Amino acid sequence: MNLRLQNIRLRVGTFALEIDAAFDHPITGIFGPSGAGKTSLLDLIAGLRQPDAGAIVLENEVLFDANNGCDLPPRFRRIGYVPQDLALFPHLSVRGNLRYGQRRVSAKNGAFTLEHVAEAMEISPLLERNVTNLSGGEQQRVAFARALLSSPRLLLLDEPMSSLDLKLKTRLIVLLHRIREEFRVPLLYVTHDAQELRTLCDEVCVLEKGRLVGRGSPAVILDRDR
Amino acid sequence: MNAEAWKIVLFTMQIAALSTVLILPLGIATAWLLTRPGWRGKALVETCAMLPLFLPPVATGLILLALFGRRGPLGAWLERAFGIEFVFTWRAVVLACAVMSFPLLVRAAQSAFQEVNPRLEHIARTLGASEWRVFFTISLPLALRGIIAGAVLAFARALGEFGATAVVAGMIPGKTMTISLAIYQNIQLGHDDAAWPLLAVSIGIVFLTVFCGQILSRRQSAR
Repeated sequence: MNLRLQNIRLRVGTFALEIDAAFDHPITGIFGPSGAGKTSLLDLIAGLRQPDAGAIVLENEVLFDANNGCDLPPRFRRIGYVPQDLALFPHLSVRGNLRYGQRRVSAKNGAFTLEHVAEAMEISPLLERNVTNLSGGEQQRVAFARALLSSPRLLLLDEPMSSLDLKLKTRLIVLLHRIREEFRVPLLYVTHDAQELRTLCDEVCVLEKGRLVGRGSPAVILDRDR
Repeated sequence: MNAEAWKIVLFTMQIAALSTVLILPLGIATAWLLTRPGWRGKALVETCAMLPLFLPPVATGLILLALFGRRGPLGAWLERAFGIEFVFTWRAVVLACAVMSFPLLVRAAQSAFQEVNPRLEHIARTLGASEWRVFFTISLPLALRGIIAGAVLAFARALGEFGATAVVAGMIPGKTMTISLAIYQNIQLGHDDAAWPLLAVSIGIVFLTVFCGQILSRRQSAR
């Protein structure tokens, strides 16, 4: 991942998000309490909100720059986003959801075919089911698969396991490792669960009240916070 | 009921159906626009769209007469450019029904669009969808239930439209006579016996329309 957030500033009422940081690791965890600005940060990177100031650069492509009015629409950013509520399209089947984001470039890239991603995320038998009839863990995997099929340069995951039990979490962590190794998609992983960060992330950034207050390896950061 | 009365019933249903179909694209577009945040003039557009709901129908008819009459700006232009006459023709009935039922469609569709989780539209964009694709594949299908309900309301409203139609289209037998106008005229002329069957048919059609609308929207929500 080569993501740079240059002097990003977003003000919403009395809350202010101010970040100047670069993210280079394959899986970076964003750790912090509720209301720290984690989801707002992901929204800014995905292009769903516009910062008041600063620039966002991914792989040397400027996604946003307040100084010259550059603002690449979300659909051109190629950034996958799995929000906390998953936002699966309730009127479409699992296959319909997966096909929605499947880009043409995916077909050229063998790793990103629908069948392969469905198999990797262990949802092949669910393809014709309606997403509203799936369990929480199944919905989670469909959301990952849908985001993956859009051939993202970066995958944003917003507390994807917050509503799952330990058994399902363990299973999903294995799948997330697979996303990293097999599909080679870097992840920006938001959570407030220290255990998830330990098992998944190469680097952890601590966000508090809209500011990065620490970063480092999970062991160093999480042991320090104990 | 005689053949003439059945003709009136058929004419009214055709007019109501046509006016509903005609307002659907503009009604859906207006409703969708009204749910989009951050554009100037939104309150003005919403007020204009809702005006026919609150103005006396006769006043709406008078405005339409002024606009679409032979000397009105739109009426004169339509006659000059296309040779189309509006007032005191079936087109005026369609126009009056469309204008009077438009706010009901917009209001229902607006509520339906507001209920669509904006997060779904956001995520569709991150998946590479254009604004058009987001609208046709996410917003519209998810709002369809409310839009169907709005269309049913608009159709039912058009079936019963009276005031604006009377002013802009008159009560010309075989030309602009709808069920409501015929009931009124029969009562005025003391032909109550002729008015009652029309009233019964009118109630039956409206009941069936609303009933079918309920079933359609339930099926849609069960999907």
